[in-house]
Amino acid sequence: MTSDGLAIRTENVARHYQMGTTLVRAVDDVTLSVRAGEFVALLGSSGSGKSTLLNLAAGLDRPTSGAIYAHERNLAAMSSEELARHRSHTIGIVFQAFNLLPRMTLEENVELPLRLAEVDRGERAARVREAVERVRLGARLTHRPSELSGGEQQRASLARALVNRPTILLADEPTGNLDSATGDEIMLLLREINEKMGMTIVMVTHEQPRAEKFAHRMILMKDGKLISDGVQR
Amino acid sequence: MKLRDLTELAARNLRESLLRNSLTTMGIAVGVASLVAMLSLGVGLQNLANAKLVHSGLFDAVFVSSTSMERGFDRPRAPRDSEEPAHPLDENARQSILKLPFVIDAYPEIRITADVLYDGKPHMTSLAGLPQSTRNDGAFEGMKGNFFSGAAADEAILQVEFAKDLSDQPDTLLGKELVLRYAVREALPAESNGAASEGGAVRGQSAGEAAGGELPGGFSVVPHERKLRVVGIIETEPSGGYGPFSRGRVFVPLSIAQEVQAGQTSNLQDLIRGAAAKPKFGSLTVRVNNPKNVEAVEGAIKKMGFSTFSLLDASHNLALVFTVFDSFLLIFGSLALVVASLGIINTLVMAILERRREIGVLKALGAADRDIRKLFFAEAGAMGLLGGILGVVMGWGIGKAITFGTNVYLHSLNLSSANISSVPWWMVGLAIGFAFAVSLVAGIYPASRAARLNPVEALRYE
Repeated sequence: MTSDGLAIRTENVARHYQMGTTLVRAVDDVTLSVRAGEFVALLGSSGSGKSTLLNLAAGLDRPTSGAIYAHERNLAAMSSEELARHRSHTIGIVFQAFNLLPRMTLEENVELPLRLAEVDRGERAARVREAVERVRLGARLTHRPSELSGGEQQRASLARALVNRPTILLADEPTGNLDSATGDEIMLLLREINEKMGMTIVMVTHEQPRAEKFAHRMILMKDGKLISDGVQR
Repeated sequence: MKLRDLTELAARNLRESLLRNSLTTMGIAVGVASLVAMLSLGVGLQNLANAKLVHSGLFDAVFVSSTSMERGFDRPRAPRDSEEPAHPLDENARQSILKLPFVIDAYPEIRITADVLYDGKPHMTSLAGLPQSTRNDGAFEGMKGNFFSGAAADEAILQVEFAKDLSDQPDTLLGKELVLRYAVREALPAESNGAASEGGAVRGQSAGEAAGGELPGGFSVVPHERKLRVVGIIETEPSGGYGPFSRGRVFVPLSIAQEVQAGQTSNLQDLIRGAAAKPKFGSLTVRVNNPKNVEAVEGAIKKMGFSTFSLLDASHNLALVFTVFDSFLLIFGSLALVVASLGIINTLVMAILERRREIGVLKALGAADRDIRKLFFAEAGAMGLLGGILGVVMGWGIGKAITFGTNVYLHSLNLSSANISSVPWWMVGLAIGFAFAVSLVAGIYPASRAARLNPVEALRYE
């Protein structure tokens, strides 16, 4: 495996924090690599450190020690401005709770990353349309999140994550708030994005059957440590 | 984030909590309104005082005398070849002064005692000449009747106390005629020089020769009468120039006063001394187009060798007093704005708590700390700007309302109305700019706090 083909790489990365008198080792000495174009599921029970690892990869958090690379750029050494650019241009994030801004329409929510990335206004409408069409929500552009179903909201969240054309999509429990059928729809969309766009996907989930069904590779974490890393198929 | 996007997002956020943000903006508006109202009254009063003083004819005038008048009684006289002052204040000097920049008029102060007949009764009174350039003096505001119709019109304006001496109902004097009795010089034929003149006129023996040939045959001084129509009655007196300020009770056009003065005893003495060829003035009043130019004109006249006097120092002191007054108003007016700025801090801190998760989402989507900081600054600035504009309008309205109320009161006292508030453009700019700046300063803490939010914690916030 060459470094050119790596989307994410960690080297003994750790994220510890103090909670009262207790030192919590949320991520503890994890070393792993994710190849470009891979669909990886991070599995583990609650508190296993999978979301913390995802946040480190997103540049939302900084490791206590070790290093984490995105396309071989060390996130731990980046300034907060560089991390913001990393989140804007390299990473797309999907949350369990969707996190759409309730006062904005679907179109405005999807346009938001383009505003932050200072994309030209003339280009935005086409980019929004493209992202929304990809998640098949073209007819709901003017709707507010409260007017969308849970599945539609997550698809909108996915469109927002894709609109800046990132190379890595990080999904934190994307089906956690959805029923089984809607969850499968989202998973199918993720797989389609992975296969058709070649986008690297790292998905945090505690649903092993779904991970087995859609992801290429499953990484199991427990107590902040990586306990298994297996290629699914 | 680009400015337009920032503005749109800030406007959207402000609309989201419309009531709270409106109340905060109103707080700023009230602060600015109090500032503008106070300053507008300060500036208005200053303008009023300046206007009144300028119209008084004191602050736009330089009073000129020849240097010889400046010597004290106890000072030794400078040795000189002749009795003439080094720089005679004569017609030539007056013409030179008239040519100076900013000078609009230069005229002698003429105050003489005269005999006025009205209704067959004589009244000895003081008479003063007024040039046409004094027609806009504040003394003539509220005058009953009119100013002189021309520079040599046979007309008189009476001081109200003198008018009361003439009639129990002074207003009825308007349009009536007075008779002014005075002496005039009358040339004598050369052969009659030394002979007694008719009517007991004063004989000017050998005066014609002394006068440098002006009246080669000598002259006699004969009584003369002139009818004057009363055209105006004034309450206050125009400025009196150099010397005593009480200048007269009957005012006539300057040319008439000069004619009357020619027969006065002092002038006859001058004439006999041979000075009549170039009449000299005791003093001149020089009117300047603007009080600001008094200093320059005064300096130029001093360079010509004359003594000058003006109320420049008083004017400077007045400006100083108003500057201090305005500063106090500014400080007290600003206090309200400072209190209002606390409202901005409170509103934005509340917004951070409410929008904590949203801030986390923005950061997750690529917003840098500075984007969040700018967003909160934009919201604070927008509230300050809107509050500033609204406050200026309110402050202007308060000033107008106070002016209206004051004028109602003044009218009830039979006094003329006055504009006591003024909102010049610099004040509009200052107030809006100040409100904007104070709001931005108020936004520093909330904006920094929002920018520093940990995105992971913010996203967890419910």
